[in-house]
Amino acid sequence: MNRKMVFHICGQMMLLEAVLMLLPLVTALFYGEKCVFSFVASMGIALALGAVMMLANKPKDTVIYSREGFCITALTWVIFSLVGSLPFVISGEIPSFVDAFFETVSGFTTTGASILRDIESMSKGLLMWRSFTHWVGGMGILVMVMAVLPMTTDRSIHIMRAEMPGPIVGKLVPRVRQTAKILYVIYIGLTLLQIALLLAGGMNLFEAMIHTFGTAGTGGFSCNSDSIAGYSPYIQWVITIFMFIFGINFNLYYLALIRRFKSVFTSEELWAYTGIVAVSVAAVAINIRPLYESLGETLRYAAFQVMTIVSTSGFATADFNLWPQLSRSILCLLMFIGACAGSTAGGLKVSRVVMLFKAVKRELKKMLHPRSVSAVRFEGKPLEDSTLSGVCIYFALYMAITLGVFLLISFEPFDFETKFTSVLACFNNVGPGLGAVGPIGNYADYTAFSKIVLSVSMLLGRLEIYPIIFLLSPSVWFRKR
Amino acid sequence: MKIIIAGCGKIGSAVLGDLAAEGHDVVAVDKSSAVITELTNIYDVMGVCGNAADCDTLIEAGASDCGLFVAMTESDELNMLSCFLAKKMGAENTIARIRNPEYNDSSLGFLRQHLELAMAINPEQSAAREIFNILKFPSALKIETFSRRSLEIIEFRLTEKSALCGKNLIEIRKKYDAQFLICCVQRGEEVYIPNGFFTLQAGDKIGLTASQSEMQKLMRMLNSLRKQAKNIIILGGSKTAFYLAQMFEEVGSSGVKIIEQDEQRCAELTAVLPSTTIIRGNGAEHELLMEEGLDGCDAFVSLTGIDEENILLSVFASMQNVPKTVTKINRDELAAMAKKMGLESVVSPKEITSSVLVQYARALENSSGSSAVETLYKIFDGKAEALEFKVAAESKLTGVPLKDISLKPNILIGGIMRGRRTIIPSGSDMIIPGDRVVVISSQNRLGDISDILK
Repeated sequence: MNRKMVFHICGQMMLLEAVLMLLPLVTALFYGEKCVFSFVASMGIALALGAVMMLANKPKDTVIYSREGFCITALTWVIFSLVGSLPFVISGEIPSFVDAFFETVSGFTTTGASILRDIESMSKGLLMWRSFTHWVGGMGILVMVMAVLPMTTDRSIHIMRAEMPGPIVGKLVPRVRQTAKILYVIYIGLTLLQIALLLAGGMNLFEAMIHTFGTAGTGGFSCNSDSIAGYSPYIQWVITIFMFIFGINFNLYYLALIRRFKSVFTSEELWAYTGIVAVSVAAVAINIRPLYESLGETLRYAAFQVMTIVSTSGFATADFNLWPQLSRSILCLLMFIGACAGSTAGGLKVSRVVMLFKAVKRELKKMLHPRSVSAVRFEGKPLEDSTLSGVCIYFALYMAITLGVFLLISFEPFDFETKFTSVLACFNNVGPGLGAVGPIGNYADYTAFSKIVLSVSMLLGRLEIYPIIFLLSPSVWFRKR
Repeated sequence: MKIIIAGCGKIGSAVLGDLAAEGHDVVAVDKSSAVITELTNIYDVMGVCGNAADCDTLIEAGASDCGLFVAMTESDELNMLSCFLAKKMGAENTIARIRNPEYNDSSLGFLRQHLELAMAINPEQSAAREIFNILKFPSALKIETFSRRSLEIIEFRLTEKSALCGKNLIEIRKKYDAQFLICCVQRGEEVYIPNGFFTLQAGDKIGLTASQSEMQKLMRMLNSLRKQAKNIIILGGSKTAFYLAQMFEEVGSSGVKIIEQDEQRCAELTAVLPSTTIIRGNGAEHELLMEEGLDGCDAFVSLTGIDEENILLSVFASMQNVPKTVTKINRDELAAMAKKMGLESVVSPKEITSSVLVQYARALENSSGSSAVETLYKIFDGKAEALEFKVAAESKLTGVPLKDISLKPNILIGGIMRGRRTIIPSGSDMIIPGDRVVVISSQNRLGDISDILK
């Protein structure tokens, strides 16, 4: 284990975090708020910590293997969340460190689960930081660094693979750095487009930025207690559509940019994703039709709620806690599925779900025709058995963790529905669940222990399980390969 | 520049690593997904899995907008076909590995012209050429030639007895009236570009430039001239062995023996190499080697396909006091070990090919500049480079005495070729347009002659 290199890169990340805090600092200065000091102090701490970590760990050998890739990623995310929660604590607006940590992890992992009871009383600088963490965490912290800094090693693909969600992570162009740059350019472009559209709908710049960051990272933090419900239908539709857009694999945007439209339109995952969304919207709309007056309104509420769950954002325009059981069950199922691999969304990912169904189909066929030889095809290519078994094992682990986390928090005095959907909402990075943690509820009433468990489950969900497991296993750190 | 490497076997993957390190955007194409996974883990390159002559694979790899397409698969025919397709799709330059002797005669020109190949490379033939040069001048560990042999750079090791030990370069220059320049010294693992006050020690490996005739004179003065090898035993009847034997036949030498195990291969070799002795037997048997006069031969060349066997048999030959052994080793890590075991002349087809491609890619990139790289050799195990530039036009470098030019550190001008004359430069010489200039450099990546200026 090249520990020096791991800590060296984590030190670089701290410096980056200090730089990222400039945006909320400027916001706080602009509104003349007291929280300016807390940002300055946090930046100082991040800079000092980063500099010490970098200088104390000058690596002699810059070669990293997959285990270093996993550890760098996991450790960076944990440290980022710890340091990121400092502004909340120092300003005194979230006095408990556990609460602040929960809120920050929820931000970086683009979950959007909150412990805040009264969002409107928060200062604007802190709200900006809270939402900005969504934007940064959405595309990935390390991917951002790769785009900006020249990496000292050829093997940074290991880091990218550990951070990017999805069963198969490939490059768009030969260089990792160039790939990271392209992803961020697309991401920034879409973000700016959404901000412009929201401004056109009459939002002020602050709110437009907050909600765009929430949509782009598929996070879901808002600056209002009632989320998006108070805005015009135009804004609700814009956000609905952008939630869909940010749930699509970013590789497809690149393919479209280099004019390989055929590959985009034949993408199996995109069609499956669109299909899931369309069927769910239709089913929910029919189910909730009696609750609303006009068809347009029904469709808008159904589409928004389905998109917010399937893209794992977690905004809300209606309290779906009050909807019929069928709609609530559909939303619950969608939490599992999530959006496309290579997007900013969480969950199992559509591509994995499709592969799992195909694997099941092949297995059934094998039972009828024991000697048949068949390959599972995905995106027009036969899948390797190792990829397929990787997906199956991931699914098994995923279910085991869901149940394990549920067991850990089951001592809480809430009903079954609340607790189970809390796990789903956190682990899949959705945000709001059902019952007491529904769209108008929050996680404030959980005990500190449960909050930490749920925070870890959010990290597990965002980094797709493995990095966090390796981070916690001593054999990775101490055994000499 | 975007470069596609189709076929990532031993040589392909070495070339890929070197080109990626040069800063090119490299795409690897191979039919084995395991190879692609491994390569993308180690190098910062993109991988595409598929047949190199399949249009879909080529489109996915982006053949239409690549600057250089290199086909390195096992099969010559596949290489030609995929280069042809890539060229038709829009690849600017294509290079194919063509190593079958049947294609490497007069038909090569026709093939190159009609397939629009920028270059055909034959690692086996290049390796044979390098071995041939060493055997003709066994005092050297390695010889590289520039501009049709008018200037050579040789590597050799200073022994305890050498007259050069303990002297600095200014003293050496005064003492010998031969035209030569010591331009590179390796001591331990470090490589130095020496200045006049650098003192040589026993055990140093030095690189010097001189014209061919001066080289003979110099070696005679240093009492380290060794006669051209005549009686040569080649182990393994590989393609390299064939090319090497052929080169000796062309100069009329008949003392070459090839030991090969496979009966059919022996028959093939006898058919095409009339004056070479072909021995059928297992070269790993010491009995056979002794019987064929190993202890009396001038040189022993091991060219089997297995690196380990080559190393062990070369060590055995050295123990029998064979004056010169040349070992073919493909894997870098084994080459380093072989040098530790005392085998000095190691030839790696992989490294030769890689130098050629690196040079070609660098020249392409700088083709807009005043003077591009004409030849590039990686010397001292790739720790330094010797480059030949053709100076086309007037620039800051031309018309100024060399002592007045401020060069970057670790750079030295090793020779100037002007028409038929070869100049080993001193401070008062100058470069004029039309010259070919040889530059030795470590730690720099030169693409144009003007890169040597501060």
